[in-house]
Amino acid sequence: MSERLTMKEAARIPDALAPGHRMCAGCAHPIVARMIMKAAAGRPTVVTNATGCLEVATTIFPFTSWDVPWLHVAFENVAANASGIEAAWKAQRRKGKGPLAKYERLNVIAYAGDGGTYDIGFQALSGALERGHDFTYVLMDNEAYMNTGIQRSGGTPIGASTTTSPAGKVIPGKTEWKKPIMEIVVAHEIPYAATINPAWPQDVLDKCRKAFDTVGPKFLHAVIPCTRGWRYETSDTVSIARLATQTCIFPLYEVERVKGRPVWRLSGPSASIAKRPESKKPVSEYLEPQGRFRHLFRPKRNEELLKFIQEGVDLRWQMLQERCA
Amino acid sequence: MSKARTWKELPKGAVSYRSSRDYKTGDWGVDAPRIDQAKCVKCNLCHMLCPEGCIAVREDGSPEPDLDYCKGCGICAKECPVKAIEMVRK
Amino acid sequence: MAKQELLGLNGNEASAYATKQVNPDVVAAYPITPQTIIVERFSEYVADGLVDTEFVAVESEHSAMSCSVGASAAGARAFTATAANGLALMWEILYIASSLRLPIVMAVANRALSGPINIHNDHSDAMGARDSGWIQIFCENAQEVYDASITAWRIAEHPRVQLPVMVCMDGFTISHTMENVMTLPDDAVKKFVGEREFIRVEGHMGEAELRLDPEAPLTMGPLDLQDFYFEHKIHQVDAMDDALEAIKDVDEEWAKVSGRGYGYAEPYLMGDAEVAVIGMGSAMGTVRHVVDELRQEGVNAGMVKLRLFRPFPAAELKKAVGRVPMLGVMEKCISFGAPASPLMEEIMTAYYHDKEKPMMANYVVGLGGRDVSPAMIREIYGSLLKNRKAGKVSKPMSYIGVRGD
Ligand SMILES: Cc1ncc(C[n+]2csc(CCOP(=O)(O)OP(=O)(O)O)c2C)c(N)n1
Ligand code: SF4
Ligand code: SF4
Ligand code: SF4
Ligand SMILES: [Mg+2]
Repeated sequence: MSERLTMKEAARIPDALAPGHRMCAGCAHPIVARMIMKAAAGRPTVVTNATGCLEVATTIFPFTSWDVPWLHVAFENVAANASGIEAAWKAQRRKGKGPLAKYERLNVIAYAGDGGTYDIGFQALSGALERGHDFTYVLMDNEAYMNTGIQRSGGTPIGASTTTSPAGKVIPGKTEWKKPIMEIVVAHEIPYAATINPAWPQDVLDKCRKAFDTVGPKFLHAVIPCTRGWRYETSDTVSIARLATQTCIFPLYEVERVKGRPVWRLSGPSASIAKRPESKKPVSEYLEPQGRFRHLFRPKRNEELLKFIQEGVDLRWQMLQERCA
Repeated sequence: MSKARTWKELPKGAVSYRSSRDYKTGDWGVDAPRIDQAKCVKCNLCHMLCPEGCIAVREDGSPEPDLDYCKGCGICAKECPVKAIEMVRK
Repeated sequence: MAKQELLGLNGNEASAYATKQVNPDVVAAYPITPQTIIVERFSEYVADGLVDTEFVAVESEHSAMSCSVGASAAGARAFTATAANGLALMWEILYIASSLRLPIVMAVANRALSGPINIHNDHSDAMGARDSGWIQIFCENAQEVYDASITAWRIAEHPRVQLPVMVCMDGFTISHTMENVMTLPDDAVKKFVGEREFIRVEGHMGEAELRLDPEAPLTMGPLDLQDFYFEHKIHQVDAMDDALEAIKDVDEEWAKVSGRGYGYAEPYLMGDAEVAVIGMGSAMGTVRHVVDELRQEGVNAGMVKLRLFRPFPAAELKKAVGRVPMLGVMEKCISFGAPASPLMEEIMTAYYHDKEKPMMANYVVGLGGRDVSPAMIREIYGSLLKNRKAGKVSKPMSYIGVRGD
């Protein structure tokens, strides 16, 4: 597997996620999932999926979009399901029997949303990381419980209006920052973690390949713009995703363990911004086109909150750069 | 659609028995991409970024949308680096 | 018949020992009193290389069941064990395991459900899971635990069943009480359980064994809406119906190998019984003892021990109960606000359409581990005799051993 998968090559790999699924037009979920599945294609792969948009919209009975073995169990336990699949594979190898016995390497991929990761699935995730199972966990972060109608999660950004953190006359949307999930995950001393963004497909492919080549628990954090919950035109999914990285609210980086230490490294677009800080865009450019942040701009710009958000983003970006230094 | 299956005719364990390829989503959108193959530089980006995975890549590297599944989101048109894709009414 | 070895084992150890002999692929478990010994003992087997099981020390029971589901879906023989709050925490996934038709085996050391928190035996935990689509076997002693921990695999994996099985044993009274247990040699157990059987299903990419296999992909656990969910539930109804027969077959086969055969419902001195008690679990040993005493005192007492609760063996139960005119249903569970406790409701429902049926009274005993003493059982028989004489049930539901009226 290990060689680099170019976009040209990837384009010729048949999709393991078939068309005919029912995700909203313009949803980033299938874009990212297709890229990941292309990167996985060199190896036998088993997917397990937490409850959420991706799971629901790709497997409405009797239909399914998955051309790889796929298992959904519940909302909060995908990391435990993956632990079981991995354990079954190991056991079959040890005993030398069963269809998984012949695979020296097997991609076990667990997909979960932000709700299934930051919140209700957090314990199962932490347990699976600590136990060191050989699997790749993909956080498909659309920053709210979209499948149930846009409720806030621990991954919803500050200022976002959701149906349970609505922008009202007194409270301007969600008042808390996103949980720093990457730091929390990295603190489990896992061998590989990275953030990915569909606006940089080659970077996605590279990181997925690296993840699949690494033995042990891997974590990929994908930004998943959601046309319905973030409220923007369907054609803007990739451009919004791009702005997330260009404004440094969602920087691209990876964390590898080298000689027992986590080594943080900025990836392409974020590394360029670090080199040329003047190219960093103001966060309002990312927020303004999204309906979930409309109240920060209309009827009147909430300068105070926008400044607070910008400062918070700057601080976190600064801390990340220090870690990556 | 044929008559819905009885319980005896369904596979056990509730496993899915049809590919979503049998479910056409092409009528979801009002617009569809029209690709100017002369302008296209065969970068494959539209294929990679299409949520439906319905832009195939031909032998020669040129893109070919399958309107049976295209939901008309317009991402391909917006992201094409040489603006070779235009969204038009179906 | 295989040569057997007599070992001193408590119920937990009997479960762990049998499971060691079965050598399942994956064990994912979390400790909770009174099941802990199973997990500890099995961890030792793993540490000593006596099994080649992948042991997953999960961070909760929810994950224990979820991990078992993942493993079983990937083709593994998966075992877990729990009790009370742990079983309650698994509740969501119990239903999913059965609907996915995964033949997981789980030992349950029955314990009272919180709250208030209590670590001792009653059946409120397992009764809470009675509608989850699991087969439920209730053991009377460590020997039964040993036997059921082996036969459970064959029942679960029977091609017409393909359902998970709970092997229930009373917390402490069975789980922690050392008994003489006849055990078969490893190879006899290995031969009996054989290899896991898979059914073939029609998937979207062709026919395949019901498992996660990259060479024959299936989608397991899709979104199932109004148009199909109901039909899929009938699959489970059908499998439970078939399980009744499959269990009998497996038990008969086990009897040939071990010399120990079990029915679903075992009558004791029921032929001429005037009054009888039916119930499940370790207390039935005490009931048998009291029946013997009553017989010596000239009372025509009998009893029926029920070993299988799901699927509910209505026909065999009625056969065991026979023509006894007055039946007491003794159980360790309350269904708050219900007209009766679960076992009573099942039995009454089973008899509802029959013209000939015994009069019945419900006796709840032993909640939270309260000792079910011979005196209490005598009290039950006394009450049954009174009812029998009066020709009517004066008190349909009694809580035996509770202070105050
Ligand atoms: C135990 C449990 N609680 C609640 C739900 C309802 N539920 C289903 S999906 C979902 C939200 C999913 O959010 P997320 O993980 O962010 O995925 P998304 O749909 O946004 O992709 C909720 C609350 C559930 N299925 N199970
Ligand atoms: S609600 Fe959002 S995340 Fe869910 S399918 Fe629609 S666009 Fe995608
Ligand atoms: S994105 Fe544009 S240039 Fe690239 S392949 Fe598609 S149509 Fe051609
Ligand atoms: S409009 Fe959207 S769905 Fe249609 S081909 Fe372009 S990217 Fe795909
Ligand atoms: Mg979400």
